[in-house]
Amino acid sequence: MVNFKKLTLAIALTGTLALAACGGGSDDSSNGSNGSSGSNNEETGSKQQVLLDGSSTVYPIMEAVAEEYAGVAPEVDVSVGVSGSGGGFEKFTKGEIDISNASRPIKDEEAQAASDNGIEFTEFEIAYDGLSVVVNKENDWVDQLTIDQLKQIWIEDGSTKKWSDIDPSWPDEEIAFYSPGADSGTFDYFNEVVLEDEPIVQSATLSEDDNVLVTGVAENKNAIGYFGYAYYAENTDTLKVVPIVNPETNEAVEPTNETIESGDYAPLSRPLFIYVNNEAVKDESVYNFVEFTLENAGELATDVGYVSLPSERYEEALKTLEGLK
Amino acid sequence: MRLIDQNKVTSNMKPRIVRNKIYKYIFLAATTLCLIVLAVLFARVLKQGLPHLDWQFLTSTPSRKPEQAGVYSALIGTMWMMAVVIPVTFIIGVGAAIYLEEYAKKNKFTTFIETNISNLAGVPSVVYGLLGLTLFARAFALGQSVLAAGLTMSLLVLPVIIVAAQEAIRAVPKEIREASYGMGATKWTTIYKVVLPTAIPSILTGAILAISRAIGETAPLVVLGIPLFLIQTPTSIFDSFTALPMQIYNWTGRPQAEFQDIAAAGIIVLLALLILLNSIAVLIRNKFSKKF
Repeated sequence: MVNFKKLTLAIALTGTLALAACGGGSDDSSNGSNGSSGSNNEETGSKQQVLLDGSSTVYPIMEAVAEEYAGVAPEVDVSVGVSGSGGGFEKFTKGEIDISNASRPIKDEEAQAASDNGIEFTEFEIAYDGLSVVVNKENDWVDQLTIDQLKQIWIEDGSTKKWSDIDPSWPDEEIAFYSPGADSGTFDYFNEVVLEDEPIVQSATLSEDDNVLVTGVAENKNAIGYFGYAYYAENTDTLKVVPIVNPETNEAVEPTNETIESGDYAPLSRPLFIYVNNEAVKDESVYNFVEFTLENAGELATDVGYVSLPSERYEEALKTLEGLK
Repeated sequence: MRLIDQNKVTSNMKPRIVRNKIYKYIFLAATTLCLIVLAVLFARVLKQGLPHLDWQFLTSTPSRKPEQAGVYSALIGTMWMMAVVIPVTFIIGVGAAIYLEEYAKKNKFTTFIETNISNLAGVPSVVYGLLGLTLFARAFALGQSVLAAGLTMSLLVLPVIIVAAQEAIRAVPKEIREASYGMGATKWTTIYKVVLPTAIPSILTGAILAISRAIGETAPLVVLGIPLFLIQTPTSIFDSFTALPMQIYNWTGRPQAEFQDIAAAGIIVLLALLILLNSIAVLIRNKFSKKF
């Protein structure tokens, strides 16, 4: 019995503590609502904070930037979330975060939501990603594809897709499809450039985990898939990348750091963005962080498997940033 | 005359013994299957993660370089979150169970509520994340704090602990209760001195399940917008934090194979923390399980 008393006492104590804490919480929130905007920056008072959220594709770059920035300005508390491009914009347009990471441009309705809430923002490109179309290593028939062929391969038309449907000299084997999930920015971009809003083949394996796609294509001779360049770059020994014909020059271009940066690998190169809240940038710690990002994003993006923009683009961006001060 | 026909007994016994054996092997197979799956998973995680598990891994913050990345901020963050989840679920969960079993009238409305609590246990965790985002993070202005995440996770696991505690309280023998009343004890004294000490071992079994679920859930945290990269560790329950399952999830999705290895190391840390928490529960359970 004595033991049981001790146990209940302990639980009661922690309970009281938790309740006291909850009480503190409601106090805190009422203070917040008395304040002007109730943003996180104000609630924490003197602490310098920079809040980022958004795309998981952009996350590795911002993780690298935040990591390096902690070495330069350890007093600033940088936090980076991964709610996805959509989730990030949702918080951004409500003024809950300072910077939104995105693997696609802001949508009209999201921009509308921002202006409804009186939030002005500026878009910065920070790096490129080259969507890489890959096939199995043993696939010796595909040596290049045009966007039209890609569309023919990937859209649902009710038939069973065989390689020989695309080119009669290719084998009479069923194609296996591997694609990123429909919620991802990668799918959005592929949809915009290749599918043009037509449905993707029903037999496609959709996965949010790009490593599943890598394994799928690497293990099936008749497979085709696409994903961000970094996933190809890490798996060059198990995958074969397909050069894509650039519609403007009519030349097949393989994705590499050089061809993506120069823009020759088109149209499957896509920019990655950060959206900055113009009001938040007036705060010195946010301004310095964005400045640091634009100065270092190129090098750090290359480090984590993305492609840097041409350096003059970063200089232009820095000028734009200065205008926001 | 012999009362028992030995031949008949022998002929009847044989199929019974065979049936007995068959069932034994079916159950053995069920157990082995679970153990094999667990062993394979565990062996894989250990093989992949152990070489990367060192002091540096435990004391470093997230990094783009796998060899420098660590779980320090995530480990401390998860501990903070559990420090909210455990007392909140235990007090509210056991409290609700006591009310439903001991005080509430047994009518259709109570049954309706009880059924709904059981159903809540099956609601996808993302839904709780959305609830937490609207209610705790936004309406209560708690933001991406330890408290907001802790309360969300508490909601998620409350059904588990309430149902377990109800079962435990219901299983307390009627005679013991009546003996207590017979001695002149009030209802509360009976609950506090007799029912709870008897029920606590089974309640703790429920608590173990609840804790295990809360510590490993990722989806509600992602929906709440809990940051993934954070160097600072929380100093109060109103600070933002990052959690182990989120780091692990992120690492498994990275293109570099090294990140997948440290994800395995992260899983080992998470398992170790879970075993530590659960062993405390088991210790308390063993203390009380010899009562009646």
